[in-house]
Amino acid sequence: MTLAVDAPKGSFRISQLIYDTRYRSYTIQFIVLLLFFALLIWLANNTIENLADRDKDINFRFLFNRAGYDIGQQLIPYTNDDTHLRALFVGLLNTLVVAFFACIFATLLGVTVGILRLSKNWLVARMMTVYVEVFRNVPLLLWIILAFVILGETRPGPKEFKVTDEMIAAGTEPAGTMWFWNSVAVTNRGTDLPAPLLDRPLGVFEVATVPINLSVLVTIAVIIGSILFNRALLARAKAVQETTGDRPTTWWKSLLILFGPVIALLLALGFHLEYPELKGFNFQGGIAIAHSFTALVLALTIYSATYIAESVRAGILAIGRGQSEAAFALGLRPNRTMNLVILPQALRVIIPPMISQYLNITKNTTLGMAISYLDLKGTLGGITLNQTGRELECMLLMMMIYLTLSLMISAVMNVYNRSVKLKER
Amino acid sequence: MSETSFVRSEMLAQKLPPVTERGIIKWLRENLFSGWFNSVLTILAILALYSLIRGFLPWLQNSVWNAGSLRECRDIVIAQSGEGATGACWAMVRVRWNQFIFGLYPVPEYWRPTTAMALLLVSLAPVLYYGLRRPTTKMVGAVTIGLLVALIGLGTDALHIAASVAVMLALVAVAWLAPKKLVWLTLVFPLISFFLLWGGSIWGPVGTLIGFAIWAGVFTAAQRSFGVVVGAAIGLLVASLWWGFVQSVVTGALQSAMPFELLYVRSDDFGGFLLAFVIGIAAIAASLPIGILLALGRQSDMLLIRTLCVGFIEFFRGVPLITVLFSANFLLLYFLPRGTNFDLILRVIIVVIIFASAYIAEVVRGGLAALPRGQYEAADALGLDYWQAQRLIIMPQALKISIPGIVSSFIGLFKDTTLVALVGLMDPLQGVTKIVRSDTAWKGIYWEPYIFVGAIFFVVCFSMSRYSMYLEGKLKTDHR
Repeated sequence: MTLAVDAPKGSFRISQLIYDTRYRSYTIQFIVLLLFFALLIWLANNTIENLADRDKDINFRFLFNRAGYDIGQQLIPYTNDDTHLRALFVGLLNTLVVAFFACIFATLLGVTVGILRLSKNWLVARMMTVYVEVFRNVPLLLWIILAFVILGETRPGPKEFKVTDEMIAAGTEPAGTMWFWNSVAVTNRGTDLPAPLLDRPLGVFEVATVPINLSVLVTIAVIIGSILFNRALLARAKAVQETTGDRPTTWWKSLLILFGPVIALLLALGFHLEYPELKGFNFQGGIAIAHSFTALVLALTIYSATYIAESVRAGILAIGRGQSEAAFALGLRPNRTMNLVILPQALRVIIPPMISQYLNITKNTTLGMAISYLDLKGTLGGITLNQTGRELECMLLMMMIYLTLSLMISAVMNVYNRSVKLKER
Repeated sequence: MSETSFVRSEMLAQKLPPVTERGIIKWLRENLFSGWFNSVLTILAILALYSLIRGFLPWLQNSVWNAGSLRECRDIVIAQSGEGATGACWAMVRVRWNQFIFGLYPVPEYWRPTTAMALLLVSLAPVLYYGLRRPTTKMVGAVTIGLLVALIGLGTDALHIAASVAVMLALVAVAWLAPKKLVWLTLVFPLISFFLLWGGSIWGPVGTLIGFAIWAGVFTAAQRSFGVVVGAAIGLLVASLWWGFVQSVVTGALQSAMPFELLYVRSDDFGGFLLAFVIGIAAIAASLPIGILLALGRQSDMLLIRTLCVGFIEFFRGVPLITVLFSANFLLLYFLPRGTNFDLILRVIIVVIIFASAYIAEVVRGGLAALPRGQYEAADALGLDYWQAQRLIIMPQALKISIPGIVSSFIGLFKDTTLVALVGLMDPLQGVTKIVRSDTAWKGIYWEPYIFVGAIFFVVCFSMSRYSMYLEGKLKTDHR
């Protein structure tokens, strides 16, 4: 039988370090610290020895050597004469652009599917359930490879798009046809999209060897400006409503503010599209997108959308019935109930898993290496690593970059969580 | 003023509800056409479904199960259904079945992974139905029959069939007489399966097992006077001495005295679903306890341990699995003493375990955080020490809360085993399918291998998620 007594008053005995729970934690932490340092030293020592065996050292100067390989998709100008460092940035941008598009499409698809899965429509709800279960229970890599293989092997070659005089005479169609009023061609080599061009561009300036297109910058600035102006308009309308009870009509003003300046600017700059055209054996003009990119975005979208759909569904279901019943009792119509009562509460549940899904998408872009998409993993962790033989440096650098990306996304999530946390007083 | 009033003496027969309010029409109106928006959705869905079926149904109907090459398949389809018809060529799966399942594992040794799989199911029995005699025996019996069928189907020699079935029958007897004792099989299963799969001398795994026995013995003796953590550390120290210095001497002597070994199979020969299952199951089994320890460490009051655990978890959750796998391939040998060179599969399993345990730790931490503070305080008030409180009060509840998360981590982990192809192992998706597709006989086949591999992954992952839902429902004790 144990009795609660005051701690013994006597002097500190060495055996208390093991037997007294107050001091034991210090002993354990001290030993763990020792072991941890021992492990670090052991690892460092092994690494130094192994490096010495192979006549290597750790330095990152190789990043400034000539890379010597080509990258198919480049968002900043790059030739094989550029350095490994620039190749790294090209790869990083390729990672980010895939992640960006996949996140947007996956969100659109996922939110739609998540809501449709809750729909009262029996058939649609069942179909969405089947879609979610099928796509999330099969490895992502399979979807990536399947999309790539199917795009590459089932689509006709560029020359099969050619309409010859005999075909016109015989009234037959060529094997391949372009989609969307002859603007998009999906061949077995890649996808050709119309390119937006300007007759009177504002020019280009360079920041640290990265060219920045002034016209794009101005367009973005105008869009942001219109959005801000529109918000100010809406805020004023709300203020008027709060004081007088009547809300001034704003929809046409909003439309004008949102789209007017952009259209005017594009007209002034002479915006037009350049369509891809079959010339010789391949399509010329327009933007050519490799299938590795398309397949990666496609597979990431359909796979990650299932997870987003599940979190949207869970978020909406998490809001108790009482909330919607109370809203109906107050006389709110169903769509206003959704907008004013359910969604604000559900978003708090939906957004955090959604952001971690974005993080997963970013990390999953590394699977692009299975279809030779040159992202960060393909440039720094692939070709650069193989050419220079600097595994340690390349892998460390790559892990650090990915870690930074994920910590940044987690930081965004934490800020969001703090801002929407229930304020209990 | 008399007025005749008429009161009906019998009730009118009840009328049927209007035709739109009953039967199938009511159901259709309520579930498919309840408004213009839903009607449009329904019509769109039917159109989509129709085009999907029209594309795939003839292809599936014309399936060919018996052919030697893709060309032959296509000829058969055209002979059956006329020019221009397409058909699935499942003959490829038939021809390459063994490769999809076992990779390049030596053919006469197929009984070994098969028996290991059967033993795995048997050692799962006590996990699923601890101490319940009837379901345990049923499961073990069913596995025995399945194993017998599988071994005969694989064309195993009589000796190995007899040996495997004898072992299984012994296990059925154990399941009937003392179902709880089967847990011991679960505990030693990793070593048994290691021996069965890789082969070599039996004394190596036995020596390792003795090391664990020493650890357990020392731990039980020391734990009473020094506490759980210190006791485990002392046990590990003694066991390490055994593993590091004594084991090789003893096992060498035993091997020369009583040689007993199976054909050694190199890791390069592992492939197909065998590889996926080996990596997946090893990682699942090991990552759960490690993850729980990490989660406890992250919740610990000791600053240093908490910091280490947070750093570990956040690092591995922050980097993609591929980079970790590539580190196993390129870097692990830098970090280990000179001249160490161990198996690629083993290296991959180790890093996958580390990677998965970081995710499990986060899930378990969620469960721990969801427990009301009162539970911890009640455990303290009862005078339980830290480990007793964890074992008896906290963990059973926290793990129950985190079941869905844990299982979805497991599913993710199993799906991620396909990534090992990128470091040169022969997984079913990339490795085997690539071999099949580069064979001249099957060049140009793409739907069938991916559908086959995808279907197996789907079955495994889907049943895992359904089991977790069942478990969740079964363990639900609160009233809603």
